[in-house]
Amino acid sequence: MATPLVVSEVAKSFTMHLRDGVRLPVVANVSFSVKAGECVVLGGPSGVGKSSILKMLYGNYGVDEGQILMEHDGRLVNLATAEPRMVLEVRRTTLGYVSQFLRVVPRVSALDIVAEPLQARGISVEEARERAAELLAKLNLPKELWGLPPATFSGGEQQRVNIARGFITDHKILLLDEPTASLDAKNRAVVVELIAEKKAEGTALVGIFHDEEVRDAVADRIIDVSEFSPRKQAA
Amino acid sequence: MSAVPLLKVNDVSKFYGSRIGCRNVSFELYPGEVLAIVGESGSGKTTLLSCLSTRLMPTSGIVEYHMRDGQYRDLARMAEAERRFLMRTDWGFVHQNPAEGLRMTVSAGANVGERLMAIGDRHYGNIRAAACDWLTRVEIDEDRIDDQPRAFSGGMRQRLQIARNLVTSPRLVFMDEPTGGLDVSVQARLLDLVRGLVHDLGLAAIIVTHDLAVARLLSHRMMVMKDGAVIEQGLTDRVLDDPREPYTQLLVSSILQV
Repeated sequence: MATPLVVSEVAKSFTMHLRDGVRLPVVANVSFSVKAGECVVLGGPSGVGKSSILKMLYGNYGVDEGQILMEHDGRLVNLATAEPRMVLEVRRTTLGYVSQFLRVVPRVSALDIVAEPLQARGISVEEARERAAELLAKLNLPKELWGLPPATFSGGEQQRVNIARGFITDHKILLLDEPTASLDAKNRAVVVELIAEKKAEGTALVGIFHDEEVRDAVADRIIDVSEFSPRKQAA
Repeated sequence: MSAVPLLKVNDVSKFYGSRIGCRNVSFELYPGEVLAIVGESGSGKTTLLSCLSTRLMPTSGIVEYHMRDGQYRDLARMAEAERRFLMRTDWGFVHQNPAEGLRMTVSAGANVGERLMAIGDRHYGNIRAAACDWLTRVEIDEDRIDDQPRAFSGGMRQRLQIARNLVTSPRLVFMDEPTGGLDVSVQARLLDLVRGLVHDLGLAAIIVTHDLAVARLLSHRMMVMKDGAVIEQGLTDRVLDDPREPYTQLLVSSILQV
């Protein structure tokens, strides 16, 4: 089976120059891979570096050491060293991300925020909006809200917009940072269903889920991130 | 992904006497790419922008542009006529103060139409139709087409300046603090507009701003300047979420949260 994502000996630390240059090690020696159709869940207590790993995979955090290899457009790309426009290209066609919080753009409607990743891939506005509407309906977002910018939405409503935006494409790798954190049971079930569909389509998923019920429903494998914590290795 | 850069900047420095404007700046800009240059006042952002856009002659270094004929041309060695033609067709320059980029005493329509006439359009009806179309795209009512920009608000003037610059379908637009001096609701409208236009037209842009939120919203890539030098650069998300240099960390941590 194909393995679209391989993480090899990745290390990350922060140097806080405003705090007299104190160096905070975050993770070291992170190695794992994700197969097509597999959902790998990053587990472990808060502050152990789960989100940092996801952010490195998406390119928001720099990587000190190691490689993040993704299968993109028929070849391997090392996201740890790729130049910015390559990272953006990978994000456009291969790598999706559902963040914990929605970054709202002034004046852009919920429907267009969801449709945007499809339009970026050259799909017509009408078709992209149609697909966006289907997803928002599935996630039970009231139709009255679709035309509004999500700045004033509740946490759960914003999160559903974010989920729809992440799930709308057929990206081969999808990163999920607590997508169900502020959802009610009914919508959590919808997300579990969407994840199952992605797995069936052969998407490689990496996620963080604090909700045990959701985690048990979607996870093929749980990686204990505290094993990568330098603090544990030192102890 | 387009294989060849639109602009190649190699080791550009500008000195004002013994004072440093900017030094040893090198980068490449690709078609459709939006680059933000951030930094505090006096860090050399505007000097660099001026050197790139031929408004200033660099003291040393080379800026090359990929012309429509497929050749790279050293901008400093370009004939004046060719340089001027480039600036009013293939390039745009959006000033912080719209009065610098507009002619305040001719009508809004003429401000837009003038750039079309400069590239040879002569049919009055077509020029007026194009001007109308662009005013609508930047959300200025068509019935204001015969008004002078003097009678426009700051936000409208800025949108008119953008229309004037984009009407010739440029491939590269320089912007110097395009939202500076506008109140926040007007800023949001302008940002959304610029974001949409850049995306729809596939423009490459270099935007000088001290506002990191503007950089986050509009740019793909970011360069942070301090004391005339580029101290950190990379993907905009990466620079803002994981700043490495002391000065960048200070900048990012100084943002006010609403």
